[in-house]
Amino acid sequence: MSTLTSDILTSFDVEKLREDFPVLKQQIHGKPLVYLDSAATAQKPYAVIEAIRHFHEVDCANIHRGVHELSQRSTAAYEQTRTRARQFLNAASDAEIVFVRGTTEGINLVASSWGHRHLKAGDEIVISALEHHSNIVPWQMLCEARDARLRVIPMNDRGELILEEYEKLLNARTGLVAVAHISNALGTVNPVAEMIAMAHRAGALALIDGAQAAPHLRVDVRALDADFYAFSGHKVLGPTGIGILYGKQALLENMPPYQGGGDMIRTVTFEKTTYADLPYKFEAGTPNIAGGIGLGAALEYIDRIGIERIAAWEHELLRYGTEQLERIPGLRIIGTAREKAAVISFVIEGIHPHDIGTVLDLDGIAVRTGHHCAQPVMDRFHVPATTRASLAFYNTLAEIDKLVAGIHKVKEVFA
Amino acid sequence: MVHELYQETILDHSKRPRNCHAMADADRKAEGFNPLCGDKLKLYVKMDGDIVRDASFEGSGCAISTASASLMTESLKGKTRTEALALLEKFHDLLTTDATVSDGLGKLVVFCGVRDYPARVKCATLAWHTLKSALNGADQVASTE
Repeated sequence: MSTLTSDILTSFDVEKLREDFPVLKQQIHGKPLVYLDSAATAQKPYAVIEAIRHFHEVDCANIHRGVHELSQRSTAAYEQTRTRARQFLNAASDAEIVFVRGTTEGINLVASSWGHRHLKAGDEIVISALEHHSNIVPWQMLCEARDARLRVIPMNDRGELILEEYEKLLNARTGLVAVAHISNALGTVNPVAEMIAMAHRAGALALIDGAQAAPHLRVDVRALDADFYAFSGHKVLGPTGIGILYGKQALLENMPPYQGGGDMIRTVTFEKTTYADLPYKFEAGTPNIAGGIGLGAALEYIDRIGIERIAAWEHELLRYGTEQLERIPGLRIIGTAREKAAVISFVIEGIHPHDIGTVLDLDGIAVRTGHHCAQPVMDRFHVPATTRASLAFYNTLAEIDKLVAGIHKVKEVFA
Repeated sequence: MVHELYQETILDHSKRPRNCHAMADADRKAEGFNPLCGDKLKLYVKMDGDIVRDASFEGSGCAISTASASLMTESLKGKTRTEALALLEKFHDLLTTDATVSDGLGKLVVFCGVRDYPARVKCATLAWHTLKSALNGADQVASTE
């Protein structure tokens, strides 16, 4: 462990940070809530809750329209989030930051807008075996519509993508490669910088699904040289229904609008409509203004703690959690990549994940059970479902001990 | 609290499911699927005129769904088609309403605790959804969704 990491761990005051999250202060079935489902959605700090409340109580107005004071305030607050998201991703320009409903919509926007203009019959889209359904289905739909072919990068038994196989899939017909930065079901951190460079060498574009990465590590779209990068607000402590799609300006300019409506136009007549400049061309209709403002507060909160400090603490949680869970007889961790984020998916011999989830819930422990919207991942590991504990910086080592005690109880009930 | 849901009979039937095998000479077969958890179940029914002579199942699922299939196959034998469908309705009411309609449910009342866990109701009803399509002769996969 580096000196820097050990300094961070010594000074990381998790109990103090937990005070910022009202939801964590409650009891579930008479036990303190142990929230281990942050990969599904992260809990929200007061800063986010207050920002949304302030908008509704004080600044509420539609944006980009009125000349009145409230509209100017709400427009400024909403656009501030765009700037903050640009800084968060280290993008070059605010014009490259498109507000969407979430990662899913970001991916669908690219599949629909870029795909229908640029993908030809016989072309290929490359995805990977560890993708969430949201980074599979939009590409399947596109390939079906364009008579294109979907190729899949396989993974090894640890849950790591096999780059030699990926290399073989790339060719002159490859239009775009779409991969997750971090797998939601396995925790694998993919070597996306290398994978993007490989795509570019083949003349293909690369889209990164950053839903699981944005909350947990520093994302620098320019250092990665990503063509598109999407993430969801609600997984980075913000509200649901808002997310960000980053796209390189030159690419976005060469893509048709995604949806038509107000705000995305320059002029409208019944004969002809001209479209607004970036990024507004992709933002039809009144957006989720409150959500956008809440997301801005969330990114500001993360910046205040420091994403490197967050990553260091989560890594410690992962190390401790893995070590403790591995000791439980009959428990098998699914996803053992060498580069991993704080997601621990596991199965227990002879006990169904739903029963594990219910018994843990009775002890106040919230985990996700099921296929995690990644059925091909479950098939790859020959399990119908797993139990997943996903950790965030507001989790403690003591909560991992509670999870372990809970699992022992599960084993007693179903012994 | 755990044992209000996972009553002894449920644990017993989940660990040692009864009638858990294929049936070569079944008259009716149906498959059930719960897309939420991926659980699959195959149900076999042997009829004697209008009466269920035998019933069995195959598949893997959670403790609730396995015990439910096991206890259902036990309780079906000797019932007419109409009686079996009426039992299904009663069982469904037990899981989804506050009504205390335990009359005629026999051992199946052990599932009363499931009522407090809405996310688990579909686990308990998968076998019964499948039964309905078997008895109605529907040649399709029964889904809880």
